[in-house]
Amino acid sequence: MANRYSGFGLFRHALRYHENWQRAWRNPTPKTHYDVIIIGGGGHGLATAYYLASQHGITNIAVLEKGYLGGGNTGRNTTIVRSNYLWDESGQLYEHAMKLWEGLSEELNYNVMFSQRGVLNLGHTLQDMRNIERRVQSNRLNGIDSHVVTPDEIKKIVPIINIDNLRYPIMGSSWQPRAGVARHDAVAWGYARAADALGVDLLQETAVTGMRIEGGTIRGVETNRGFIGADRVGCVVAGNSGVLAGMAGLRLPLESHPLQAFVSEPLKPVLDTVVMSNHVHGYVNQSDKGDLVIGAGIDGYNGYGQRGSMPVIEHTAAAICEMFPMFRRVRMNRQWGGIVDTCPDACPIISKTPVDGLYFNCGWGTGGFKATPGSGHVFASTIANDSPHPLAAPFALDRFYSGALIDEHGAAGVAH
Amino acid sequence: MLNIYCPHCGEHRSEEEFHYAGEAHIPRPENPAELSDEAWGDYLFFRRNPRGLHHEQWYHATGCRRFFNVARDTVTYEIHESYPMGARPSVSRDSEEAA
Ligand SMILES: Cc1cc2nc3c(=O)[nH]c(=O)nc-3n(C[C@H](O)[C@H](O)[C@H](O)COP(=O)(O)OP(=O)(O)OC[C@H]3O[C@@H](n4cnc5c(N)ncnc54)[C@H](O)[C@@H]3O)c2cc1C
Ligand SMILES: [Zn+2]
Repeated sequence: MANRYSGFGLFRHALRYHENWQRAWRNPTPKTHYDVIIIGGGGHGLATAYYLASQHGITNIAVLEKGYLGGGNTGRNTTIVRSNYLWDESGQLYEHAMKLWEGLSEELNYNVMFSQRGVLNLGHTLQDMRNIERRVQSNRLNGIDSHVVTPDEIKKIVPIINIDNLRYPIMGSSWQPRAGVARHDAVAWGYARAADALGVDLLQETAVTGMRIEGGTIRGVETNRGFIGADRVGCVVAGNSGVLAGMAGLRLPLESHPLQAFVSEPLKPVLDTVVMSNHVHGYVNQSDKGDLVIGAGIDGYNGYGQRGSMPVIEHTAAAICEMFPMFRRVRMNRQWGGIVDTCPDACPIISKTPVDGLYFNCGWGTGGFKATPGSGHVFASTIANDSPHPLAAPFALDRFYSGALIDEHGAAGVAH
Repeated sequence: MLNIYCPHCGEHRSEEEFHYAGEAHIPRPENPAELSDEAWGDYLFFRRNPRGLHHEQWYHATGCRRFFNVARDTVTYEIHESYPMGARPSVSRDSEEAA
């Protein structure tokens, strides 16, 4: 990398009043043809481009992003990273991502601020606890660090939590110590910079408006900047996947819903882990800046409006205040929504399509940030070899016809 | 917050009284056992998910507890009309395109 980041470099730049930092990536003009076009410059698209270049030697690639890099769900998410999913297929996919997370800052020479501060998934009913125990055992069989913890142990991990709520007492929790959070923008920017250094063209403000398909084979895409040819096209556009599929004459089993989050004013350190509750629909962590990052559930109805409805905010705020009575007087600073692509079995679709050379990676719904490195890694392999990576194979589109669904509603559900 | 008109109650009520119940006008196949896996999978899992006009079912959960249809825009969230189950919408994609 022309411009390696290091502690020493930071010191040198400080001596020059930080006036000489180079651009992190180029702003190229589109070529007429690429070997691979990736549609969508979120974390998953950028990671796909990076691994295509770094693992498969394909560098004549463009990433087409209709807005700015990371401005979709990647830059809107609550950044929880964990791998404690129930089924073998999903547990192994998310654990693959977890292992990549653990070396990511070094690999990208970019601090993605991956912080393994642990994640609690609370149980409030006997059935919650049965499900948690089952999931934890399944995690352990897959080599994923996972424990069942008691209310007393939860109190030790999070002293400010209220475990005695009458309606929703906290009866226990799963606990994954290696889980945590990462800085969402940094993940997009780190992959973008590393991909650019390997020759990938990052084309922002370039919206795909159509697909050119001849004789069942993809030839390229129409954009607001004209036609761009490609041998292969990978589509990674989250909530807009159905729209892009429509351009190729395909249908996907996805529905798009707003999912929202909000952050508070900054506070002194008070919560050094991540607490999630599926049952009461709330999850919270404290960012390094000190603000509480709070995530809600999806709006029940389909929508592409990047905002989200008020009743959902009210519901989530109530859940957080019951779990953490001391947060009642905290003021919220900002609220926003992203459009998530929910899938009938709460698992992603990483797949070839009936169109030769066209691939989709979507359906991550409410919980794909944690998978970013793994998703990009297996999708790059799927595109480069025109054949699914072994970890991606169970997530192909044909499962909706064969019936081999991977039901992760328990582990994914509203929680992320 | 959506303000939804229930054709059974004859009133506008806030979205919290309702449950969304998915895409409207999907007929259940007459003979499921005779369908191919593709046709059955399509029926079970594949929805239109449009950016724009959408015909959908709603359930008045804390009101009359009956189902009805709504034509709504999924980008602006404007509700064009509510109409009973079994009725055809007066706002359709074709009429929208013509307008
Ligand atoms: C509020 C919220 C909280 C979340 N919390 C978590 C969490 O805690 N943990 C977790 O693991 N996951 C979480 N998620 C889910 C996670 O954000 C997503 O699964 C993940 O970021 C998807 O990444 P992506 O790169 O596929 O999509 P995106 O980041 O959405 O990128 C897709 C890109 O495609 C672009 N695009 C769309 N249409 C076109 C077009 N026609 N032409 C060109 N470009 C186009 C968009 O502009 C966008 O930038 C959350 C999501 C939201 C909304
Ligand atoms: Zn009613």
